[in-house]
Amino acid sequence: MTDAASHTGAFAQGLRVQSRVVGALIMREIITRYGRHNIGFMWIFVEPMMFTLGVVSLYLLFNHHPPGVSLVPFTIIGYSTVLLWRNTISRCGNAIEPNRSLLHHRHVRVIDLFIARLILEVAGTSIAFLILATLMVFTGLMPPPDDILEMIVAWALLGWFAMCMGLLIGSLAVVSDAVERVWHVCAYLFLPVSGAFYMVDWLPRALQPWALLIPSVNCVELLRDGYFGAQVHAHYDIAYVAVVNILLMLAALLTLKRVATTVEGA
Amino acid sequence: MIRLEHVVKRYHTRHGTHPVLNGVSLQLNRGDKLGILGRNGSGKSTLIRIISGAELPTDGRVIRQMSVSWPLAFGGSFQGSLTGMDNLRFICRVYGADFKSALPFVQEFSELGKFLREPVKTYSSGMSARLAFAISMAIEFDCFLIDEVIAVGDTRFHDKCRQELFEKRRDRALIVVSHEAHNIREHCTRACVLRDGLLQEYPDVDSAYESYNTPEIPGSANRAA
Repeated sequence: MTDAASHTGAFAQGLRVQSRVVGALIMREIITRYGRHNIGFMWIFVEPMMFTLGVVSLYLLFNHHPPGVSLVPFTIIGYSTVLLWRNTISRCGNAIEPNRSLLHHRHVRVIDLFIARLILEVAGTSIAFLILATLMVFTGLMPPPDDILEMIVAWALLGWFAMCMGLLIGSLAVVSDAVERVWHVCAYLFLPVSGAFYMVDWLPRALQPWALLIPSVNCVELLRDGYFGAQVHAHYDIAYVAVVNILLMLAALLTLKRVATTVEGA
Repeated sequence: MIRLEHVVKRYHTRHGTHPVLNGVSLQLNRGDKLGILGRNGSGKSTLIRIISGAELPTDGRVIRQMSVSWPLAFGGSFQGSLTGMDNLRFICRVYGADFKSALPFVQEFSELGKFLREPVKTYSSGMSARLAFAISMAIEFDCFLIDEVIAVGDTRFHDKCRQELFEKRRDRALIVVSHEAHNIREHCTRACVLRDGLLQEYPDVDSAYESYNTPEIPGSANRAA
């Protein structure tokens, strides 16, 4: 066997082991988080769906209409993006402690603990958004979207951002418990500026470039552009978000590499 | 074959770096039965975790050319909120073993009965040890790593362990770490002493034990007792 071939073989073998481990960890997370009672694993997406529906109901109740767009799709899109980044990032803060003993198994690595939670959270919030939007379109509460592909790109960009942030926050939380606590405060304060509840076009012109420095704002704008089409005037920069994501991913992986060796099974 | 090449392990503590292993080299061939004697805090568990691959050495290399179990210890290796059954499922998935064919053996060996469906954190240390041993026997390894686990449990448990591990799997390699000599004398053909972060091999178990038991500093024998 040539050297290259043996490397490819080792890589494929490693990939097989890692997908087995991540699969096992996903099942393990589902069991302790949702159990086998009542609807079991379906809570993964039912829970975020209930959240979004609750927020939409509150908006309807207070008749809080956004300018120029209909309330139901605007709120569903906005709140779904909040759940995507907030749930994904916060689930990483305490990913290691409950799973520490599983690190006794050689194949289980710290990064796998994060990957399992990231997949679960992104999948849960995505399925919730998909089901909710489909239901609303079929019942006529929401008109069908203008450009689904654009929406998928926007959702993927935001999911990517959330995963990088989750990995970074999770790795830093290994160094200090304070990181997780401070993150919760930051997430709360970040909520109003995240782009979920406003559009950049509504802001004073002087503020707009500042808002667009926030990656999630660009993603939500793109998502709304995909949904509402010509009804809204969206501002975004896909390349900017991609660059920020790449830098965040690099920072997250480097931090993880540094801290992972200090984590032991116990 | 398992080979350790000049393995160094240092931990970072509040008081600076704490060296645990200062260059340990070792070779274990198929079927070898190695006992490692060391006092509390000598780094036995660290060494066995490094051999298993659960921890990475600070420096040096570990080469594994046979399948190696996780370190079988009193507790550990299980997720506390999961039931014994779900832990078995998890471990079968991780090691690519078949859950359905492993289950009857684990039920029989662990004698946990209905407690197999209770969270592992509610188990006593004896129950955890039984589960740990049962699950590790349900998955086939070329080399088993044992961290004092046979020190717990009653005579019946010992007899069952002996039968499964030392008789049925007598062709497998074994590494036992202990601070007591009798476990090692009984099951091992090679013996080492871990002291001051260095591993010293002796020609036989008795001479290792003798050296292990000789106090270097007056009073240290009492401290170990």
